[in-house]
Amino acid sequence: MLKDPDTRPSADGMADEVAVLALEGITKTFPGVKALSNVSLRLFPGKVTALIGENGAGKSTVVKILTGIYQPDGGHVCVNGQPTRFPAPQAAADHGVTAIHQETVLFDELSVAENIFLGHAPRGAFGLIDRKAMAAQSSDILGSIGARIDPGHKLKDLGIANKHLVAIARALSIDARVVIMDEPTAALSHKEIEELYELVESLKAQGKAVLFISHKFDEIFRIADNYTVFRDGQLIGEGAIADVTEADLVKMMVGRDVSQIFPARDSDPGETVLRVTGYSHPTEFEDIGFDLRTGEILGFYGLVGAGRSEFMQALFGITKPSAGRVEVDGKTVQIKSPADAVETGIVYVPEDRGSQGAILDLPIFQNVTLPSLGRLSARGFLKLAQEFELAREYTERLDLRAASLDTHVGNLSGGNQQKVVIAKWLATRPKVIILDEPTKGVDIGSKAAVHAFMAELAAQGLAVIMVSSEIPEVLGMSDRVIVMREGRIAAELSKPDLTPETLVRHAAGIEGPTPC
Amino acid sequence: MLKRLLTSREALLVGAIVLLLALIASRFPAFITPANLANVFNDTSPLILLAIGQMIVILTKCIDLSVAANLALTGMVVSMVNVAAPDLPILVILAIAVGLGTLLGMINGVLVWKLAIPPIVVTLGTMTIFRGIIFVISDGKWVNSHEMSAAFKAFPRTVLLGLPVLGWIAILAVILFTIVMTRTTLGRAFYAAGGNPHAATYAGINVGKTQFWAFTISGALAGLTGYLWVSRFAVSYVDIAGGFELDVVAACVIGGVSIMGGIGTVAGALLGALFLGIIKNALPVVDISPFWQMAISGGAIIIAVALNAQANRKKGRIILKRAEQVS
Repeated sequence: MLKDPDTRPSADGMADEVAVLALEGITKTFPGVKALSNVSLRLFPGKVTALIGENGAGKSTVVKILTGIYQPDGGHVCVNGQPTRFPAPQAAADHGVTAIHQETVLFDELSVAENIFLGHAPRGAFGLIDRKAMAAQSSDILGSIGARIDPGHKLKDLGIANKHLVAIARALSIDARVVIMDEPTAALSHKEIEELYELVESLKAQGKAVLFISHKFDEIFRIADNYTVFRDGQLIGEGAIADVTEADLVKMMVGRDVSQIFPARDSDPGETVLRVTGYSHPTEFEDIGFDLRTGEILGFYGLVGAGRSEFMQALFGITKPSAGRVEVDGKTVQIKSPADAVETGIVYVPEDRGSQGAILDLPIFQNVTLPSLGRLSARGFLKLAQEFELAREYTERLDLRAASLDTHVGNLSGGNQQKVVIAKWLATRPKVIILDEPTKGVDIGSKAAVHAFMAELAAQGLAVIMVSSEIPEVLGMSDRVIVMREGRIAAELSKPDLTPETLVRHAAGIEGPTPC
Repeated sequence: MLKRLLTSREALLVGAIVLLLALIASRFPAFITPANLANVFNDTSPLILLAIGQMIVILTKCIDLSVAANLALTGMVVSMVNVAAPDLPILVILAIAVGLGTLLGMINGVLVWKLAIPPIVVTLGTMTIFRGIIFVISDGKWVNSHEMSAAFKAFPRTVLLGLPVLGWIAILAVILFTIVMTRTTLGRAFYAAGGNPHAATYAGINVGKTQFWAFTISGALAGLTGYLWVSRFAVSYVDIAGGFELDVVAACVIGGVSIMGGIGTVAGALLGALFLGIIKNALPVVDISPFWQMAISGGAIIIAVALNAQANRKKGRIILKRAEQVS
């Protein structure tokens, strides 16, 4: 694409202006891998630059170099066109560079004001912290970004969206000129995301340069002015967002055309395998009921906090419901613990299963067989030969390559760790598999692999429940969709009525023209 | 495979122990005669028994500071039972000791499991309570050698094939718990619950209950050791084995048990205990003041933890295929 900086069009003003913060020819090598190879990145005051790339493209390495955590092996960091070095995170902060991470790095037990001014609090007599001034200044800053938060509250009492606002207020309090946002919307609800967009607009208006890292194209097109695409540690393209289409960006990211994102499936649901009726919880959800058939993918859509994960956790026996009935294969079952659920053939793959789902200090085979040990033991004693055989069967099915099944999972690559986790659940020979946000934070290439795998599971006769907040995924994968809102089922939609509009309307509770 | 065996924590520790023995032998050759080594092993047996229990507790991300107090309370109870009923068979005494120790361990376990109190707080509390109870039931008085029956005192000292029963019990415990840890679902649950509680829960393992069983086992071993201790030394009073819980934790740490949970073996606990036991027994004979013993034990702990921290340091993501196949 537009690789040569000299040929960049100046229509959008990119070439004329001096970047407030820029990377030039940055190279960074880790033992055995070149993370960044001669990459550049330029951030301009009052502009939002989207940094786009698959997992492993080098985005987080760039953020760490910009914030002084890593030192580049070659190239320069330039502030206002002057080559500078950030030998430590403090140096980056001194130059007005601040990062807001996916998990905000703030202090739960401190007040909002203390979080905003930690390290640079206004001082009064004897060098003591001037709490009054700190509270007043905090109110001013929070007010300027439209946040209605009491600076005296402890941070732990705030929701995630408000914690982001505090992080941004902190950035403003140190007179940040560059704000780096690393997937800021990953954990936010629809409404909170809208508020974040407004905030980004106001940061722009104040002349801050914003680096926005995201996997979601709709938000990139919504708020970014410029884009920079990385692939495999190299700069692939940059320019004004107005000059490209979503397809262009995807092509740059993956280096190929992604025409068919979702696998085509012939959905042919069979017998009803799971029937839930009147499932309720005192505080989290009420009257949840549905049928699930073999070979079917049932989507659960809703805003964050609609009670989907809470319901799934109760169904899996982690929390206790107050009422309701579960039937598996026509027989009523009592699920009082996760062990009961696994026993009846229901497995739950929680969010964040990359490294969380595996026990890194145990060998591969012990990880794979962990939920199946009941079947692989007699009177508490393990049948080691059978255990090893089961692990071998399922790791081979998933094409997991490792020196030996004795290898500790911690020594495997991320992709192989994920295969261990999937093998673990399949080895229980489940009837129903619940996947909670199966592709959250996953890059496009891996997403397609997860979707293909899901389709294969359904084709093999498994009943799949997919909890997802991504509309394209819900539409692309599900045979039916249950929309939850505020702990209740708002709608059950199948193919003809299944459109982005109906999903959003039911999830948000917007009254509109009903199709029937 | 061979390379991994040779570089394992346990192999390193065996090497360290051999080196230590060679060093001692160069100044005092009689130390490594079989009879003396059997003696050292026998002397270290209580530490081995408690270290096995502690290892299991630490494996589940907990800690049991009450083991020495449990030992002392159980020891006092069986001593007083012996004084009151000198004709009670040793088997009954053993059953009382193990039963009472188990019960005390269960109290720790229930508090950790059902009330979710941090284990260090629970066992710090029960440690003090157990010692207090000893004072209450004994009025602070000692049970002395002449009050105990001959059979009561003789049991741990009876020599079979050159090793006293005390030593044999430690060997039996090592074998039994090696089987439990490697061949049973409970053993696997200890590793899983400590290695990644989140993943263990979703795999159907009740983490709290697993921790409860760890404390129960630790308590049972402490109770057993309580009888063996008071009968071997032929005395029982409030403060026996005072501070011994720290030796037990130290033995685990030296033996490569990760204080973060999830890593540890029975062999490691055994070797860690032996390492401390050898130092303790060797220092007087090689003319090093026993006052140095604590400093040397402390040094060994720090070196062991530093070595483990090095070994556990994240090696970074292995991205290259080549590197993964080698590992």
